[in-house]
Amino acid sequence: MATNASANVIRTGGGARFVIYTLLALFCIYYLLPLYVMVVNSLKPLSEIQAGGMMSLPHEWTLAPWRSAWSTAQIGVAATGLKPYFLNSILMVVPAVAISTVLGALNGYVLTKWRFTGDTVVFGLLLFGCFIPFQMVLIPMARMLGLMGLAGTVPGLIFVHLVYGIGFSTLYFRNYYQQFPTELVRAAMIDGAGFFTIFRRIMLPSSGPIAVVCIIWQFTNIWNDFLFGASFSDYDSQPMTVALNNLVQSSTGVKEYNVHFAGAIMAALPTLIVYIVAGRYFVRGLMAGSVKG
Amino acid sequence: MSMTATRRSGNDWLRDALPKIVLSPSLAIVLVFVYGFILFTFYLSFTDSRILPSYGLVGWQNYSRLFSVRAWGIAIDNLLIFGSLYIVICCVLGLALAILLDQKIRAEGFIRTIYLYPMALSFIVTGTAWKWFLDPGIGLQAVVRSWGWESFTFEWIKDSHMAIYTIVIAAVWQTSGFVMAMFLAGLRGIDNEVLKAAQIDGASNWSLYRRIVIPQLRPAFMSAFVVLAHMAIKSYDLVIALTGGGPGTATELPATFMYSYTFTRNQMGIGAASATIMLMSIAAIMVPYIWSELREKK
Amino acid sequence: MRSIIGKTIAAAAILAASASFAHAGDVEVLHWWTSGGEAAALNVLKQDLEKQGIGWQDMPVAGGGGTQAMTVLRARVTAGNAPTAVQMLGFDITDWAKEGALANLNDIASAEGWDAVVPAALQKFSKYDGKWVAAPVNVHSTNWVWANKGILDELGIAQPTTWDELVAAMQKVKDSGKIAVAHGGQAWQDATIFDAVAMSTGGPEFYKSAFIDLNPDALGSDTMKQVFDRMSVIRSFVDDNFSGRDWNLASAMVIKGDAAFQFMGDWAKGEFLNAGKKPGEDFLCFRFPGTQKQVTFNSDQFAMFKQGDTVSPEQAALAKAILSPSFQSAFNVVKGSVPARIDVSDEAFDACGKQGMKDLAAASESGNLFGSMAHGHANPASVKNAMYDVITAHFNGEYDSDTAVKEMVNAVALAQ
Repeated sequence: MATNASANVIRTGGGARFVIYTLLALFCIYYLLPLYVMVVNSLKPLSEIQAGGMMSLPHEWTLAPWRSAWSTAQIGVAATGLKPYFLNSILMVVPAVAISTVLGALNGYVLTKWRFTGDTVVFGLLLFGCFIPFQMVLIPMARMLGLMGLAGTVPGLIFVHLVYGIGFSTLYFRNYYQQFPTELVRAAMIDGAGFFTIFRRIMLPSSGPIAVVCIIWQFTNIWNDFLFGASFSDYDSQPMTVALNNLVQSSTGVKEYNVHFAGAIMAALPTLIVYIVAGRYFVRGLMAGSVKG
Repeated sequence: MSMTATRRSGNDWLRDALPKIVLSPSLAIVLVFVYGFILFTFYLSFTDSRILPSYGLVGWQNYSRLFSVRAWGIAIDNLLIFGSLYIVICCVLGLALAILLDQKIRAEGFIRTIYLYPMALSFIVTGTAWKWFLDPGIGLQAVVRSWGWESFTFEWIKDSHMAIYTIVIAAVWQTSGFVMAMFLAGLRGIDNEVLKAAQIDGASNWSLYRRIVIPQLRPAFMSAFVVLAHMAIKSYDLVIALTGGGPGTATELPATFMYSYTFTRNQMGIGAASATIMLMSIAAIMVPYIWSELREKK
Repeated sequence: MRSIIGKTIAAAAILAASASFAHAGDVEVLHWWTSGGEAAALNVLKQDLEKQGIGWQDMPVAGGGGTQAMTVLRARVTAGNAPTAVQMLGFDITDWAKEGALANLNDIASAEGWDAVVPAALQKFSKYDGKWVAAPVNVHSTNWVWANKGILDELGIAQPTTWDELVAAMQKVKDSGKIAVAHGGQAWQDATIFDAVAMSTGGPEFYKSAFIDLNPDALGSDTMKQVFDRMSVIRSFVDDNFSGRDWNLASAMVIKGDAAFQFMGDWAKGEFLNAGKKPGEDFLCFRFPGTQKQVTFNSDQFAMFKQGDTVSPEQAALAKAILSPSFQSAFNVVKGSVPARIDVSDEAFDACGKQGMKDLAAASESGNLFGSMAHGHANPASVKNAMYDVITAHFNGEYDSDTAVKEMVNAVALAQ
């Protein structure tokens, strides 16, 4: 793969390498620090946290906060923990990511290989949509969902994320497909292959890297969303972030920081796993797509 | 014979129209749910809407009130400070880390994952940890002091003049790794032959980067700018999690301002006016950029 | 343009009506009581309803003292998917009633005789235009001082009863090296102190004129300047690390003996009790000096949202259950507040609770019961937040007292 073969021809000496490794290690600390604080404190009994020492390792290791956050912490009237909300989030995220990725791929395909007059304007319109602040659309979106009969439902939430995910997914695929040799598509057309055949046989098989980028991006954004999740869900479809918020933001009583941290890490685990597993395809995908003009 | 011809032309028609048909749902959705809503908000900004939209027109009153509210001025100033620092630091740091990481580093994949993971976390998740870390009583200041450096002081988050910079620190933490990945991808895409030739000519590493590598990263800079600008403008969770807009109103940003006027203060008209101003500023920056990018590629 | 919008609204309303019937037999309740104690209190209500065969669909959205929940509510109502009942405070109820979104509970109210047992000051919020629209759950009073008795005894400080005594006491504590006032720098906490100081400085007439009637003369008066000056005095007794601190962490400072006083509503009591402290022995609770006769209050209520044209039987049952004396007693014992009806027996309450109930009845009787500005019971959200801006800016040293008074008049005028 080109990624590895092209690794830099520029050489550095031994002393410089020491400096480089030191710098890289220092930045590792910077990036890991908040996660370290969260993990360490999620494994302590509350009394140790209250005694101070945010950075110190637990004297007494315990998994109780994790168990509590998962199944017995107070989220609402019932002490259910985060468990039931996990499924709500999955039910929302998976279809939303899948549909917006496919739509983005199709849009990118049309905008690069089936160009028509005004296609750049269409792309510009889609792209500018990325910049709309979400707080602004809350009320009109609520009314539209009501009119469509989707208010307070999982399909409604999926739809909302779809609408505001199209811009970025189209951007990624368009930039990627732009690099893709148009001659191949032309040749297939002359052979009589149709629109979808070309997409399925020629474009899709080589779309792996950019699909990874798009999926990571969409998955992270949708999983982490709070505003839409809180506003457009019903009592039985609240996603994980809303539950985590209820756990962390409770305003009275003793704050069980260890449980809060355990819950927070739990809520973040799916996105973390996606980054760790798919991370190495990420740079490859970016390289192939979005950063090359 | 004539039958086939009609079928053919029907097929041709379908063949021509199909791409547009495929694209049209997306376009329709965006026209309604982005541009329709923008028009709706624009309209609301001239109405007397309070708790819910209402349609009594009041002219420019919301705008004049908006600009006489002190917090709005602070929010704009803060966005300028925050936005420029955030974009510049993320780009510089991202580029530096990408260059360092591009030196045949062992365990590159591991380090890259560490730099990248903050992007996966929302501030609902990391907010408490950051708040602790920045709090002088239990965070960095207390820890360094407990190591014996008694005079060490780090209480920006409690200081109205410095609090906005703590927002920058946390925001940079979240996105700089992502920017690093973009630059790394850009670096990996550069043609080695040119570099080798320059090396043979005796160019130093520094001048190789300055003269040849960095100029070739322009597309990566552009992509980074789009992503960063959009994040800076939308920054909301971050402020709420770290400072709640305080001390006082010292870390108010346009997004938090708009939210609080629309939803907390029941002055939806003013909220809509602030949203309109925000959108116009976004358009003023992004439309020329998008336009120039698209035109070049034609 | 107008007619199109009109049609859209009509369509939304029809959908609202049809959507709500989907949940017949259950009540969906939007609230922000998610901590252990609060949820336990609410659970009493849930079980009450379940005994009658009515299911409880829980819709908790915590954060920002209910502001997050209010945003969600707005989206839900706009979508025509309003919850059955929503926890709400003060003027928010009035604002929603004005939009015509709330149900008319008058039939239940007259059958249950609510008019006679709920204090008039509360009815002002529970009723709109002569109709009951909300069921009050509790009354919190906000002008309390919480003090660490150990520190006071050690320094020989008697319970202060006037502003000057309070200043002297705070000075003594500060001189001893302890923190005099435990405070969290959040707008609503600043405003809670401001409420008490204004009541103490200007008396009930000033309070009413400035915060409830929003009289520009009172807002711009010398008394107001004096209130701000006193806020500066209090600021000088707060530690430097105060900004952004949650109120319960401030309470913890008093509990642990790091600080002597906290000015906070009666919900702080729960923190002291949870920590195993005893009222009168370990800590003292008394009215803010100079407001011994007055009670500033806020009251959590459940506003009932229209579900079609009539009040649904589930809604009626919920409203009835909320105002039943047994629930009022059980809930408020757990929550630390005082029942919203005055005929509830004080048997189950502790000393502080009994005192609170007596104070409430007396203040209600003598016309000294006022809605708290800091908690949205003196003026609408827009005005309240405008006042917050000025109070917080002044408390953080961005305004001097003269500027603050001027800004107060301006901000209130702009927000109306």
